[in-house]
Amino acid sequence: MRPNRTIAAALLLAAGLGAGSPGAQEKSKAIQEIEKYRAALGDDNPAELWESRGEDLWKAKRGPKNASLEACDLGLGPGVVKGAYTVLPKYFEDSGKVEDLESRLVTCMVTLQGFTPEQAKKDPFGGPGKKVPMDALVAYVAAQSRGMKMNVAGTHPKEVEAYEMGRKIFFYHGGPHDFACETCHGADDKRIRLQDLPNLTKTSDAQRAYTTWPAYRVSQGEVRSMQWRLNDCFRQQRFPELEFASPASIALTMFLAKNANGGVMNAPAIKR
Amino acid sequence: MNGSRRKVLQGTGVLGLAMMAGLFKPGSAWAEEWNKAAFEVKNSLNDAVKALGGSAATESKDITMTSPDIAENGAVVPFAVASKLPKTESIAILVEKNPNILAANFFIPDGTEPWVNTRIKMGQTSNVIALVKADGKYYYTSKEVKVTLGGCGG
Amino acid sequence: MADPMKIRAAMAGDKVEVKVLMAHEMETGQRKDSKGAVIPAWFIQTVTATVNGKTVLSAEWGPAVSKNPFLSFRCAGKPGDKVTITWVDNHGDKRTDEAVVAG
Repeated sequence: MRPNRTIAAALLLAAGLGAGSPGAQEKSKAIQEIEKYRAALGDDNPAELWESRGEDLWKAKRGPKNASLEACDLGLGPGVVKGAYTVLPKYFEDSGKVEDLESRLVTCMVTLQGFTPEQAKKDPFGGPGKKVPMDALVAYVAAQSRGMKMNVAGTHPKEVEAYEMGRKIFFYHGGPHDFACETCHGADDKRIRLQDLPNLTKTSDAQRAYTTWPAYRVSQGEVRSMQWRLNDCFRQQRFPELEFASPASIALTMFLAKNANGGVMNAPAIKR
Repeated sequence: MNGSRRKVLQGTGVLGLAMMAGLFKPGSAWAEEWNKAAFEVKNSLNDAVKALGGSAATESKDITMTSPDIAENGAVVPFAVASKLPKTESIAILVEKNPNILAANFFIPDGTEPWVNTRIKMGQTSNVIALVKADGKYYYTSKEVKVTLGGCGG
Repeated sequence: MADPMKIRAAMAGDKVEVKVLMAHEMETGQRKDSKGAVIPAWFIQTVTATVNGKTVLSAEWGPAVSKNPFLSFRCAGKPGDKVTITWVDNHGDKRTDEAVVAG
């Protein structure tokens, strides 16, 4: 009797382990190696080159008014850059809108420096051989919030409205594949090829994801911001283009940023 | 020698004299020529060794390559190479399946540790070779690094 | 004039550990643009590092070195020494930056 029970118990144990199966073991080894790859990239981040350029641009006198951005109110008062990324998106009295970092930079470029909105929004994303001010400014401002916790208030009626709009967009199925953000980011253990995907409806994943953007994306060779990240997600879902600094992009950012409250900023990060 | 010529010679120093003697092309960095032939070798380690001035390379356990086994993206793959071979003069990194095998060659003078850490592009999964010149002879070690892609490929 | 490098130099044991981040496209010459035309190769070919004027490393690079190159090495030196890094690319463009060894 005893030997049979032992064998039965061993079989049950083996079946229950699951991780004993070759497929699952290979997957976890691959993920371990990828963790090693990410660790090997370490702290030596080309994004620092953007941060320097962004600091120069923040202080440079530019535009028809020949003024710098140093008086820009990013949410903590005029000229306060340290910690500003943690409170955005936020409702601003002067524009009457909820703004994320990039739309706020556009507002300041228009009001302080005299650019037209079209000029300020032109070419927001850098490319091979093409340097643009926006991603450098984003890198600089985000870096000034390193080590600080996300702290989006989201209490103003307009902020609440933006959050709800963002939630709606997150779960909205559309496009030729009937995708939504939740298709890839709405549950645990989702993966595209060898890329594990964060479950953005879960606080810990939401924090980890939001606090590592902007990032130097090695596959792009550029610093990429949240606006870029969302624009690219829309592109990959075969959605219509998510317009830069549009209310929809800000609403979605509001949803993601507020869900990341408590997460510690560590941007610009370095990613594949 | 008239006065102005003397002044010119005094002012240009060694580099200037070398340039005037035709040893270095004006505009090239001090002492560095670029080994075009070596960088144009396609896939053969032996051809690369020859282009670098050697005849053959022997495998050596005294060269260590540190890198992840899987690169999440081939655009940036970190490699650190250390050589324990006495009188190490240079360390080169080669990627067998790249369009041109030689990626970089580092010259190590006395006083500098025979160790470099850099990032290389890999076009696909490939053997990566660390090639060391020590005491006039060439040695190598190699490892396979898998290149994968994450996400939707962007 | 090319963008500045970021150079960090600090003591690691009895050697100076230097870390450099360079701003450069490192275009391989293998890629094509959206119109199908080859994007010409544009990459750093030589790198020279000196400490107080003495060469501590030199290198020849091809376009397979990653964009925005990172380089680290360890050489002789002490706090207060001046580290200079120079690169020259295949267009003849060059850039020199310096840093002081921390400590």
